Amino acid sequence: MLRYTLLRLLGAIPTLLLVIVLAFLMVHAAPGGPFDDERVLPADVEANIAKAYHLDESLPKQFVRYMSGLLRGDLGPSYRYRDHTVSELIRSGFPLSLQLGAMAITLALLAGVSAGTVAALRQDSLLDRVIMSFAMTGISIPVFVIAPVLVLLLAVKVHWLPAGWSGSAGAAKFVLPVFTLALPQIAYIARLTRASMIDVLGRDFIRTARAQGLSTSTLVRVHALKPAMLPVLSYMGPAIAAILTGSVVVEEVFGIPGLGQFFVRGALNRDYTLVLGIVIFYATLIVFLNLLVDILYGVIDPRVRYK
Amino acid sequence: MSLLEVSGLSIRYAGAAVVNDISFTVDEGESVGIVGESGSGKSQTALALLGLLPKQADVSGSVKLGGEEIIGATEQALNKLRARRVGIVFQDTMQALNPYMQIGKQVRQVLLQHQLAAGDAADRRVMEMLRRVGLPDPERQFRAYPHQLSGGMRQRVMLASALIAEPDLLIADEPTTALDVTVQAQILELLEDIRDNTALLLITHDLGIVAGRCERMLVFEKGRLVDAGPTTSLFASPGHAHTRALLDVAPRIDRGTFPAPIKASTILSVEAAEVVYEAGGSAQLRAVIDVDLSLRKGETLAVVGESGSGKSSLVRAILGLIPMHSGRVVYAGEALDGPVETRSIAQKRDFQLVYQDPVAALNPQMRVQSIVGEPLSVHEPSLSSQERIARVITTLQKVGLDDNYLRRYPHQLSGGQAQRVAIARALILEPSVLVCDEAVAALDGSVRAQVLALLRTEQNKTGLSIIFISHDLAVVRSISHRVLVMYMGHLVEFADCEKIFAAPRHPYTRALLDAVPVPDPVVSVRVAPLKGEVGSLLSPPSGCVFHPRCGYAKEICSERAPEPRDVGGSRVACHRADDIELTPQHP
Amino acid sequence: MNLAGNRTVAVSSSILLFVTMLAVVGPWISPHEYLTTDFSRILLAPAATNMQFFGTDDLGRDLFVRTMLGIRVTLLIAVVASMVSLVIGVAYGAIAGYVGGRVDAVMMRFVDTLYALPFIFLVILLMVAFESNFFLIFVAIGAINWLDMARIVRGQTLSLREREFVEAARLIGVSTPRIILRHIAPNMLGIVVVYLTLTIPQAILVESFLSFLGLGIQEPQTSLGALVDAGVNQMEGASWMLLIPATLLALILMCFNFLGDGLRDVFDARRKS
Ligand SMILES: Nc1ncnc2c1ncn2[C@@H]1O[C@H](COP(=O)(O)OP(=O)(O)O)[C@@H](O)[C@H]1O
Ligand code: SF4
Ligand SMILES: [Mg+2]
Repeated sequence: MLRYTLLRLLGAIPTLLLVIVLAFLMVHAAPGGPFDDERVLPADVEANIAKAYHLDESLPKQFVRYMSGLLRGDLGPSYRYRDHTVSELIRSGFPLSLQLGAMAITLALLAGVSAGTVAALRQDSLLDRVIMSFAMTGISIPVFVIAPVLVLLLAVKVHWLPAGWSGSAGAAKFVLPVFTLALPQIAYIARLTRASMIDVLGRDFIRTARAQGLSTSTLVRVHALKPAMLPVLSYMGPAIAAILTGSVVVEEVFGIPGLGQFFVRGALNRDYTLVLGIVIFYATLIVFLNLLVDILYGVIDPRVRYK
Repeated sequence: MSLLEVSGLSIRYAGAAVVNDISFTVDEGESVGIVGESGSGKSQTALALLGLLPKQADVSGSVKLGGEEIIGATEQALNKLRARRVGIVFQDTMQALNPYMQIGKQVRQVLLQHQLAAGDAADRRVMEMLRRVGLPDPERQFRAYPHQLSGGMRQRVMLASALIAEPDLLIADEPTTALDVTVQAQILELLEDIRDNTALLLITHDLGIVAGRCERMLVFEKGRLVDAGPTTSLFASPGHAHTRALLDVAPRIDRGTFPAPIKASTILSVEAAEVVYEAGGSAQLRAVIDVDLSLRKGETLAVVGESGSGKSSLVRAILGLIPMHSGRVVYAGEALDGPVETRSIAQKRDFQLVYQDPVAALNPQMRVQSIVGEPLSVHEPSLSSQERIARVITTLQKVGLDDNYLRRYPHQLSGGQAQRVAIARALILEPSVLVCDEAVAALDGSVRAQVLALLRTEQNKTGLSIIFISHDLAVVRSISHRVLVMYMGHLVEFADCEKIFAAPRHPYTRALLDAVPVPDPVVSVRVAPLKGEVGSLLSPPSGCVFHPRCGYAKEICSERAPEPRDVGGSRVACHRADDIELTPQHP
Repeated sequence: MNLAGNRTVAVSSSILLFVTMLAVVGPWISPHEYLTTDFSRILLAPAATNMQFFGTDDLGRDLFVRTMLGIRVTLLIAVVASMVSLVIGVAYGAIAGYVGGRVDAVMMRFVDTLYALPFIFLVILLMVAFESNFFLIFVAIGAINWLDMARIVRGQTLSLREREFVEAARLIGVSTPRIILRHIAPNMLGIVVVYLTLTIPQAILVESFLSFLGLGIQEPQTSLGALVDAGVNQMEGASWMLLIPATLLALILMCFNFLGDGLRDVFDARRKS
């Protein structure tokens, strides 16, 4: 198990390096500098700015500088938020995004797995069809459609829930963003759970367990749940990536000052260092969460572990 | 009152009956066998006895276990009976045990569910049970996962879980079909020892097993119970034509004439063949070690041995499907080497292969006419399509199929029909060597007999040479001229059929022969089964690889590997080949 | 045959066909132009009069014509990008699977590495660094989608290559190209078609997501994502600007997902029978 974990850990390093190099090159290969669309600056001022941001150095040199900063947790200064470093911005925005994301993924797992299991146990019943129709709708409506439509219907038209973030207090302001973020994942996880639960319940070892007199609930709990969760577990990597992507939209639509909003603003304002920093931060997060998923997979499936 | 009373049991799916009005009883402590061909409703009946049929099944009739009705009982009521009053073991233990759960926990779950024990007491009972079913080192194996155990060990675990709640009735559905003969003998013996006064309902397609183990037997045919009675009397005078037919096609290791040895010249010879697989990392697995063989024109050469003994690897390397690590193959005076793709068109034409699973061997997207015609389009591209179809039709007729089958897809064929199509594809080029890798293992008795007859006819007509891989010695006895016995990659004995069966020289050959059940209660005798299981090829035993299981082993056996040598006309690899007397039970 | 699967396929493909036809002929029969602004007619609600079925936007442009154009752009990008990922994915996967061994290991290790990348963020970075254009959008979507296809095709090739009927063909002497053509490809077709169908909605999602953020299709061109974005800005006063493109986008995505599901059912049923 330890060997397996270490191997996975080593495997994550090239992936991370690849992201960093790709992202760095993309930004630095961009035609035009970050300050192009500002009013024309005197040549010497421009040179000073370039010097301040080390833009006058050669690309490899800049990369080495960036990497050594990165290893110390320093992602450089932001081009737009002039008084802040990228690390500061990430530190200020991420906790809120994390809170939203964690709530969304928890909700998605709880609701998705329960709905999928119920649908599988009542396969082909009316309940199953209703759940699966909802799920199909859920995976087909993008977050950037759900978010504004829900705001329009529940906040603008009937005022049940706050439409925005600032100004509204309490838990109510979390409801719409978290639900919006979670909805596609609930739908996806419900579909996955149902399919894999039906598959597992049809396997021979379930028949053996029934032949031993196990009640349905014990059967599901002791024998079926673990293997049925394997596909869901594999999906956690993509799910986390999807939630991060979704948070970009959700924070924008609901005006939440999280990392996603910094990211969009940064992207639209061509704040290269900020965007680069956030991409690398997200990439690290995703790669390590994927790693965690892989390790958990090994814990659940003995056949993977012993390879 | 009988322990189990089944009356008028019928099972239908979408109106079609798979079990039709069946009635029988099982008394306390009794052993009853159910025999029948595949699809005759044996397993469906077994599942009905536990109320385990799928929802779509429409069940009628009555099944009473100790007076309690099973058909129509609630799931709660059934759960009280299952494991406590009736336990079941299945054939495919890899599927039937939970691969994600330690085996000890799987057995313990039965105790917990029925509140028979809890905590440490439960663990102790599980260990005790695992010890009783013969699992070595139960404390450690408690935590093993199914894939870490051999098939025989998994079946022992299944038995432990079926018997730990001390049921009155044990149902065993083909419990040994997936196992090698020597392990089968161990499991059958264990079943007998361990069940005490538990009644046994033993389902099998092998009449030999019923003959030796069951007091009474039931014969199923197409969902109906056609014959029933005490085993001895049914074998002596079958009450139904189907029982007669089953007996007629059951191969017997104890009788029948041996095919006369073929004197023709050798067309294929193999020297010092080695096959090595990469086994992850730097580990190497030697699947075939220094094997010699020769094949004569018009001869059937059987290759026998337990699974993993290297039979398939050997022939696949000869055919060029996998690399031969070292060794020499000479065919018709020419060296035969390299992968099949690099061999000459004439050499490709001369070697054909028939597999065990005919459905897997046929492209599901092609019709029979294209499947059988494909060799012609490769080797005789000048043929017009009419000529080709005509040849396909002739070949299909040879294997007993008419031209109605031309436009069928493989999934529209039965197992037997599909195997005939596969044979037709192999024969259409009139090869000189046909390799059959367990080609009849998946077929029912009657179909198997037909396919064997077909091969024999073809051989007599065209002088075809056949390499016939099989784990079933009774079948081998009836069709092969010479037999090569393999164990853990080694040749252990190579001799004329008669010598192998009547005067084996190697202790392993003898053990294999004794393990084959004879379908006749009169002559069937039970011999103490060979101990242990086949070792790991990754770390084979020192000296003679068979020595940990051999009853004749001496000191030298664990020190030096025996070289194959000629002893009384047989080629044998055993240090003691000429100082021990080995007469099989059924010479 | 699987009836439910067949019905799903029939219904969803008919709807898709209808929407596509409408998008093709709609702008052509409408008297309006997608570019023409008319400040006397801004933010008009949908009405049959004047054939402005979907109303007008804040610049007075006809939304019916713009929506139809948006559908065209969205579908075109998704279909072309999926085809690109199909070609790359099938070629890559088939080579890795058929050659096998070390080549396969290296090729798949590369795919695994890419798989773990947060692609959508890199794509956004790409869009930020370079001016967004059609070509970049294709590249971005293709870069994401070919991975799935490559994995599936490789897995299928690998398992088919080991199947006994392929081995039997090798023994007979059937040439490698012919084995691929006659024995491997036909058995893979079903699953590739299913995944192609499911790749299209993925591609639509990426394109519309980028356009929604203002990083994809640029004005005056439009796509369903861009229309939703415009709709969000006006939703309090002119909810149709949001609801119409949002509904159409969801409908198209749903139809493709249903189509993929249905096709899978049909192929599964065929495999089992
Ligand atoms: N492709 C392979 N890679 C590694 N080991 C293999 C492979 N094929 C077979 N083996 C191993 O080689 C040994 C001999 O197998 P095989 O020739 O199939 O035996 P048999 O046909 O007698 O059952 C077995 O231990 C089997 O697990
Ligand atoms: S060499 Fe020894 S161990 Fe091997 S078979 Fe002969 S007697 Fe038994
Ligand atoms: Mg074999």
